Amino acid sequence: MEVLGIWIAALLTLCILSFLYKDNPFYKFAEHLFVGISAGYWLSRYYRNIFIPNLWIPLFKEGHLLYIIPLVLGIMMLMRLLPKIAWISRWPLALIVGTTSGYFLVTYLQTNGLEQVRASLIPLNSFSNVVLVAGVLTGLVYFFFSKAHKGAFGGVAKVGIYFLMIAFGASFGYTVMARISLLFGRMYFLLHDWLHIVK
Amino acid sequence: MNILDKLKSIDRRIIFVLIALTVILPILHPIGLPVRVSEPVRKLYEAIEALPPGSRVLISLDYDPATFPEVYPMNLAVVRHCFAKDLKVVAMALWPMGPSLGEMAFDVAAKEYNKEYGKDYVNLGYKIGGIVVIAQVAKALREAFPLDQLGTPIDSLPIMDGVTGFKDFKFIVDFSAGDPGIPYWVMIASSRYHMPLGAGCTAVSAPNFYPYLAAGQLVGLLGGMKGAAEYEKLVKASGLATSGMDAQSIAHAVIVFFIVFGNVIYFMTRRRRP
Repeated sequence: MEVLGIWIAALLTLCILSFLYKDNPFYKFAEHLFVGISAGYWLSRYYRNIFIPNLWIPLFKEGHLLYIIPLVLGIMMLMRLLPKIAWISRWPLALIVGTTSGYFLVTYLQTNGLEQVRASLIPLNSFSNVVLVAGVLTGLVYFFFSKAHKGAFGGVAKVGIYFLMIAFGASFGYTVMARISLLFGRMYFLLHDWLHIVK
Repeated sequence: MNILDKLKSIDRRIIFVLIALTVILPILHPIGLPVRVSEPVRKLYEAIEALPPGSRVLISLDYDPATFPEVYPMNLAVVRHCFAKDLKVVAMALWPMGPSLGEMAFDVAAKEYNKEYGKDYVNLGYKIGGIVVIAQVAKALREAFPLDQLGTPIDSLPIMDGVTGFKDFKFIVDFSAGDPGIPYWVMIASSRYHMPLGAGCTAVSAPNFYPYLAAGQLVGLLGGMKGAAEYEKLVKASGLATSGMDAQSIAHAVIVFFIVFGNVIYFMTRRRRP
């Protein structure tokens, strides 16, 4: 059974990689298969991992009547499927947006705002600290659009662009590394698990 | 059409073939290029190394097969390290495929270190909800995960004796391939509960998390296959990531060459224009 799985995975890998030559029926077959299986997989996952443990069991087996509220909200959400009464789905959606915003606001601000500001308030006693502070300040100046980027202000903003470019370059480098890793993973699978060329 | 114009319009499939060769040939004939351990990786290693034997470590398996070559090796290396240090590992997942991949790592490492399921490690499985699940695990782990992945009540597992939330863990490691992942763990575990938190992630997302590292919100960070290879070196257990470093380095050199070459050709042809 495992051998069959490896063969299927290997052939589907080759089908997907064939797109690098040009679009073809093998690629399309693998792509559609992936989309179909993913849809089925997620449907069963949501049913088993959300609907059954989070609603069905508490409400109908354990008798927690409070769970009628999420049941009703869930049904209201499904009204999106009926154009004439689709507006009903806005109510549960509004609840989700509101609670999520409230939940995230303080924690997100603390983690990604205040903590990062604190980490930027560092003594300028080393080259890397100077670079860090200069990068933060010039980057912020670049994103200040209420004043024209001219003169000294424009010069500082330009330095900010250079910092941003370096950041984008580093990010691109990491992206290349990730893609090569994935290619390596597939090639290793083909040569090791499928063809047994590599021990 | 002269040579410069021909080079400018080179068929991209030729480049694909060259990149494929730079990845395949080092797999067939490994060179063994050196791997230097970076500071973020060393810090994560040292944090786990400093834990007293018997401490519980919470691992979150937030990745899927699409990122297997990058994240699985670091997962395996960290589990090996934990088992070598006699730490108890409790795994959970915010991604549905995470538990199966984590199980593979447990199977390999448990055999090597003679560890027993339920006593030395446990896989609690997947729970949907992202940040809400993390917040629930922090205070009421048993409500979030009353059963393990196999459907066994966690009350019957010795490793879970007295475990109610974050306070029963000495360290948390998140292996993340995207959302939900590291930012949520930082928000809840690090910022709210001040838990020591380490992370491993795909190379694509690694630059986003360096600010967390600089701010001390992450103890250490493993970025992509390179980070995994560095950790494999530290735990002295070469694996998939280490064997991928040759291909990675050579492919990078070829890509750098093409970038420089492409720019040189571009500027040469631009200079010729009237």
